[in-house]
Amino acid sequence: MLKLTNVSKTFNPGTVNQKTALDRVSLDVPDGDFITIIGSNGAGKSTLFNAICGGFYIDEGLVALDGENITYKPEYERARYLGHLFQDPMKGTAPNMTIEENLAVAYLRASKGRHSFLSRVSAKEREMFREHLAMLNMGLEDRMKNPVGLLSGGQRQALTLLMATIVTPKLLLLDEHTAALDPGTAEKVLDLTKRIVAERNITCLMVTHNMHQALELGNRTLMMDSGHVVFDVSGPERAKMTVEDLLEKFSVGTGKEFDNDRILLSTVQESGPEGKK
Amino acid sequence: MFITWSIIQSALELGVIYALVALALFLSYSMLNVCDLSTDGCFTLGCAVGSVVAIAGHPILALFAAMGACMLSGFVTAFLQTRLGVESLLAGIIVNTGLYTVNILIMGKSTLSLNSTETVFTMMKSALSGTPLVDYYKLIVGLLFTAVVLVLLLQFLNTRLGLSIRATGDNADMVKSSSINPAFTTTVGLCISGAITGLGGCLLGEYQKSCDINMGSGMVTIALASLIIGETLVGNRGTIPLRAVGVVLGSCLYRVIVAIALRFNLPASALKLVSALIVAVAIASPQIKKLIDFQQKKMALSGRSFYRLMTLFLAILTVGCVVWAVLLPVSRALAVLLAVLCLAAAVWFALADRKVRGGKVC
Ligand SMILES: Nc1ncnc2c1ncn2[C@@H]1O[C@H](COP(=O)(O)OP(=O)(O)OP(=O)(O)O)[C@@H](O)[C@H]1O
Ligand SMILES: [Mg+2]
Repeated sequence: MLKLTNVSKTFNPGTVNQKTALDRVSLDVPDGDFITIIGSNGAGKSTLFNAICGGFYIDEGLVALDGENITYKPEYERARYLGHLFQDPMKGTAPNMTIEENLAVAYLRASKGRHSFLSRVSAKEREMFREHLAMLNMGLEDRMKNPVGLLSGGQRQALTLLMATIVTPKLLLLDEHTAALDPGTAEKVLDLTKRIVAERNITCLMVTHNMHQALELGNRTLMMDSGHVVFDVSGPERAKMTVEDLLEKFSVGTGKEFDNDRILLSTVQESGPEGKK
Repeated sequence: MFITWSIIQSALELGVIYALVALALFLSYSMLNVCDLSTDGCFTLGCAVGSVVAIAGHPILALFAAMGACMLSGFVTAFLQTRLGVESLLAGIIVNTGLYTVNILIMGKSTLSLNSTETVFTMMKSALSGTPLVDYYKLIVGLLFTAVVLVLLLQFLNTRLGLSIRATGDNADMVKSSSINPAFTTTVGLCISGAITGLGGCLLGEYQKSCDINMGSGMVTIALASLIIGETLVGNRGTIPLRAVGVVLGSCLYRVIVAIALRFNLPASALKLVSALIVAVAIASPQIKKLIDFQQKKMALSGRSFYRLMTLFLAILTVGCVVWAVLLPVSRALAVLLAVLCLAAAVWFALADRKVRGGKVC
């Protein structure tokens, strides 16, 4: 499915702000994998996603999807097979356009060739959009003519998820896509994510700041630090891991304490007196 | 009579023709979120190409030639900003400057006369001769073209390509992640808006039977003023078709205002200042409102009212303008205009002040 070979990216090379955000990262993602990624602030998680989806071109290395070398494909071409969700719910939708219009633009991925550009949204497609929206259980199917700007952050993120998956992508990239939402909404969006990924068997990479989530969800966990993948666990070893094991692995792997305010915060909250689920 | 039907009629004729430029900006500015400063030169280019072809004896072909040439100019502007990394405003300015030379080259001199040339207007006049509609032939031609462009534009905005163009102006990241190249949608959008601008220029040349190298200067501000008047008329929560119709109405209203101002002996040269003011105030109004609210809050702390202060200040200004209008023999019309504006603002502040006071008593 996805294969990264020695991918490197340095920002602002040759200046005092030089920063190697990815340092010869190699990664092999088989079909159907659901990988969770954790790492300290500035570890290069978002940069890794940008390297995959084409937000910039990498300095060195190769990116291949399904055997095809996509290293130098522009972002918009890769978007045909990739879905990408950001932490910021505002990033994925056009606020002044209606829900239906947003979905129609996202659905352009399904069209082949330029001829369909001049056609309008058909009644059949509208019906399909409605069915998909109904699956979100947020009542959005009755608000298809409302501008997206009127929706709440959670609703917008759910809609973005739907837009990213309305044409089943080969690979779905989720970059802390629930982090900006309140706990209840975050859970709802996460449940949706789980359901959609499972139902359609989408290969998925998900950055999370929640250690429990990182171990609970998916079948494999990566830990990143300073542009490297320092830890990669799956199978039975992962099944019996606890958050404490994970933190320890981190300090062994990098020789320093784990440093991510969001992760530490969520760890404290969840293992607090009443917080334990 | 002070305002006659014929004055209104010619204002409307100009209004519907200039509405084409406002519609072009509706596409590039309101939808695509690109302020295309090549509009001035593009308008003249449309007129120049159209006039040359019309003088050669092809009044219908002239329209298409003008649209084609301006589409090309839109393409160059788009190419500069999407592929060569020139800042969007600068790209427009560069193209605008270059177009001056191009226009001179096309026209061969700085003015062209179409007095004895067959145009779409003269064709309509002879087609309608003998019918009661013949008096309105200019209005009919203008309305016809604007209506066709309006309908086609609205149809286009509903297609997938049109939706992508709107999305590009709204959130370019989202367009990219929907597998569409924003550079492509920007280019298409600017080409179409260029073509519409060019059609407007060509029609205006045929309408006034002349083409002047400077006829486009200030066009972008005037068209923006019409656009803003129009969008204010329908309110910005309106649907796209409603807003587009509002833009056409805005352009007509603008021309009626201009006609009335001219009857007040306001010099034609003052109009550009008025349009500039309309655009500046309209675009700045959210920020101005914030500033006013902030001052009011700040002064309210020490028990004073910014609203009242402003009312007083504007009232004094109004009196000053009235004195000027009565005593000084220069630019009386401008003084009257200023007096009316100051008075209106003073009343607005007085009402706001009363509202605040009323709230405090309760
Ligand atoms: N566009 C950019 N220009 C310059 N430096 C950048 C850029 N994007 C990221 N960086 C730097 O690269 C490093 C990796 O950043 P990245 O956003 O990938 O971290 P992250 O793992 O996603 O962290 P977080 O958990 O805070 O989201 C950081 O040091 C960051 O400052
Ligand atoms: Mg990040």
